[in-house]
Amino acid sequence: MIDALVILLVLFAAWTGWRVFRVDSMIRATFSLMLSFISVGAIGVLLSAPYIGVATVFMMAVEMMVMGIFMVMFMMNPAGLNPMMMVHQHKLSIVAGVLAALGLGAAVLTTTLPTDPVPGETDVVSDLGHELLGPSMLIFETAGVTLLATMIGAVVLSSRRGRYGQADEGSRPPGLDPGGPPAGRQPEGEGGHHHHHHHHGGH
Amino acid sequence: MTLTIVLLGAAALIGIGLYGALSQQSFVMLMMGLELMLNGALLAIIGLWSLALGGMPEGQLLAIIVMAVMAVEMSIGFALIVAVYRKRQADMTEALGTLKG
Repeated sequence: MIDALVILLVLFAAWTGWRVFRVDSMIRATFSLMLSFISVGAIGVLLSAPYIGVATVFMMAVEMMVMGIFMVMFMMNPAGLNPMMMVHQHKLSIVAGVLAALGLGAAVLTTTLPTDPVPGETDVVSDLGHELLGPSMLIFETAGVTLLATMIGAVVLSSRRGRYGQADEGSRPPGLDPGGPPAGRQPEGEGGHHHHHHHHGGH
Repeated sequence: MTLTIVLLGAAALIGIGLYGALSQQSFVMLMMGLELMLNGALLAIIGLWSLALGGMPEGQLLAIIVMAVMAVEMSIGFALIVAVYRKRQADMTEALGTLKG
């Protein structure tokens, strides 16, 4: 019974994952991805990893809401009224994706997988807690510090200007002559869509 | 049997995610491909831990690390998208010529 449910959820996760790149609206893509994550979380709950499963569902529900906001901010195709197909190197990507899936699938099928399920009486959440705050505490703390660094990095990257000037001040090369334009190759125009903006100079 | 199917599903998710990350032009959609690959990794970890490790708690720890990686990828990715958009008004990968090799 549980096995059948797990298999159904696996199929659903893969199908919703596929729908992410096939729907016409980015919001629908976001919710499709969220459904995929939720099915993986449900698989966790069914396969005796309730903490991981529930944490996945909570985290991904919030994360996909944030992603939805970004989708609205950067959306090309509001409401999915037009067909949306914004791809490049499409054939190469299909080949790479199929090869990756087939290669990993072949590895799974040719391996003799061990069978050693979690014993029924195991208190998995308590085990995880003791592991996190016991032998693996350093790893757990490292993840915490990494997340702190991420928060700082995200603020630094996305802030418009700091107290001491532009956020990207240190990342621009100095001018060749004092006060002159910065050295090196210039970013192409402000619009970002001018691909053939030629360099000046060399006259 | 269940483990095989779970792992095959994880392989499919990773394949779809790789396709999306390579093919999508919009930065936000590209990140969804990355997320999908991490989703596949998470599925594989959950399945292997539950059905093949006999309840070793370290397996769950690995799943938590993957979730931390998801959070890092997501927030730094969106910060980069916002920074690039501020600087270049670009929301498509093609618009970033200066990173071209």
